[in-house]
Amino acid sequence: MNILVCIKQVPDMESKFKISSDGQWYDQSDLTFKINEYDEYAIEEAVRLKEKLGNAEVVALSIGPERTKEVIRKALAIGIDKGVHVLDNDSHEKDPLQIATIIANYAKDKNFDIVFLGMQSQDRASAQVGPILSELLGYNCVTTIVGFEHQESKVNVKRELEGGIKAKISVKLPVILTCQLGLNTVRYPTLPNIMKAKKKELNTINVNDLLNEQPKVVNLQAYIPEKKKGGILLEGKADEVADKLISILKEKTQVLR
Amino acid sequence: MKALLIGEYKNGHIDESFYELVGFANKIGASSVGFMVAPLDVKPEYDGKVYIADISKAKDYNPKVHKGLILKLVEKENPDVVVFSHSSYGWDLAPRLAAALRAGQISEVIDVDNGEYIVPFCNAKLRRKVKPNTPKAVLTLQSGAFAPLKNNTAQIEPFDYTEEDTNLEFQGYEVAEKTGVDLTKAEVIISAGRGVGKKENIEIVRSLAKALKGELGASRPVVDAGWLDESYQVGTTGQTVAPKLYIACGISGAIQHLVGMKKSNFIVAINKDKDAPIAEVADVFVAADLLEFIPMLTSKLTK
Ligand SMILES: Cc1cc2nc3c(=O)[nH]c(=O)nc-3n(C[C@H](O)[C@H](O)[C@H](O)COP(=O)(O)OP(=O)(O)OC[C@H]3O[C@@H](n4cnc5c(N)ncnc54)[C@H](O)[C@@H]3O)c2cc1C
Repeated sequence: MNILVCIKQVPDMESKFKISSDGQWYDQSDLTFKINEYDEYAIEEAVRLKEKLGNAEVVALSIGPERTKEVIRKALAIGIDKGVHVLDNDSHEKDPLQIATIIANYAKDKNFDIVFLGMQSQDRASAQVGPILSELLGYNCVTTIVGFEHQESKVNVKRELEGGIKAKISVKLPVILTCQLGLNTVRYPTLPNIMKAKKKELNTINVNDLLNEQPKVVNLQAYIPEKKKGGILLEGKADEVADKLISILKEKTQVLR
Repeated sequence: MKALLIGEYKNGHIDESFYELVGFANKIGASSVGFMVAPLDVKPEYDGKVYIADISKAKDYNPKVHKGLILKLVEKENPDVVVFSHSSYGWDLAPRLAAALRAGQISEVIDVDNGEYIVPFCNAKLRRKVKPNTPKAVLTLQSGAFAPLKNNTAQIEPFDYTEEDTNLEFQGYEVAEKTGVDLTKAEVIISAGRGVGKKENIEIVRSLAKALKGELGASRPVVDAGWLDESYQVGTTGQTVAPKLYIACGISGAIQHLVGMKKSNFIVAINKDKDAPIAEVADVFVAADLLEFIPMLTSKLTK
């Protein structure tokens, strides 16, 4: 079984964001980067499947600048076999169709049976790459999975809908699956595995060798939204802030008297 | 400008989000036609033509079949934009359609101005203005972003289709058992988010809930981590609540959480990140470390 996991490096969402000097994106300097949360579930599910099957190879692919190697190394330390880094210093300028095209061009002659991706990235949140990839490769695709079970030539998955309802779907391989929060519990890499990961194969491909698609969506401008007016901001000593909050609650709600 | 509006038929009803698509088309001054996979006798309150593919043939979930239907309709109606809700149905189908049409897709549109679309990014801390550069575009609209519009009764046009997709088998729904508290009836809800840090710290939030005679709620990561069970979750995939007082503790305010709680009468957020998007809806934003602040507040309330 050949398995591909696509991962993205994203900034910590608790960062203080600034707009880049060209006004098109966020300023990427001074940010802490990590694996996109949704992709962590994808990595974990792929590693679990490999452990269950024994005879599977799992490749992790990530597109981005040099620092992207960090997330691939972490994936290797969790149990992925091989890393592929598509070096692209301007990956943030690519639209979802271009990103999916890069992945499809890498994957097209490699006979992957299952491709796991996160359902969306935490920064862009377009939720498009998985389904577009399925169109480009001609694979089946189920999005937003919260349950996974492999059975010979098919997989049984649970697809999350609104209001806590799940759809049960059985789908033939090859298949693309986009992973939702809560699919599994992600493990931490252990020190011996971090050491082992250093010896694993990590190849770099230049993005120009894989991309033959123009953007279909143009970025015009990025900006910080205006703060909501009217909300009260309380800060300072916990003791004093608590008193203030209590008096506001007494005045503005019927909850406290 | 012409829009093809893709409605959803869920749990025996036309989903209300369809009327937000109608509101959007009206806002951009586009003429529109609707489409949905539904029983042939549905009656959308919409002033125009709605193509209906018989749900008993096309099935609730079969993206390849649904995509085929919409592609056929795009050919017939030649719309400039195809519009979905940013829902489990929309984010699954819209990109497949966009790829098949080689059209630009813009997800989670919250506003539009002269062909330029506004979308949030980085957990809604930032916004982007974008524009498709293809003759047709596919859009998904964020829920609640456009005011719904209802009007008369649509003219129904059955839309026939025969293709099957034997690669994929829909095997029914699984509905979570209703256990624990019914947050929809609670007057005071104190919710714990990932910012509480670990399972043991839920107790800090629980004590505050007790002091305020309220119920405990949670954001999704708290439930995913197994710190509280599913019945506590507030949001798109959890419960929609509207208490008199909602206190969000260590919750960033992702759209999927906001959707579930923004109708609350009075909202307090306790968060150490002043830029957290929960500030957008908070009446009072307490910029503090909850591990320090909440015990202080609780002790003053119980004194
Ligand atoms: C399809 C879909 C459906 C979803 N459905 C839901 C849903 O129903 N409900 C839901 O909640 N989410 C849902 N989500 C997830 C949602 O997108 C967010 O991931 C989630 O709401 C984030 O939860 P959080 O705010 O608790 O955590 P985070 O976003 O990680 O935020 C934690 C916050 O805590 C603050 N913090 C950290 N430490 C402290 C401290 N010591 N003191 C004070 N503040 C602190 C941080 O500043 C941060 O703002 C869904 C996502 C998707 C894609």
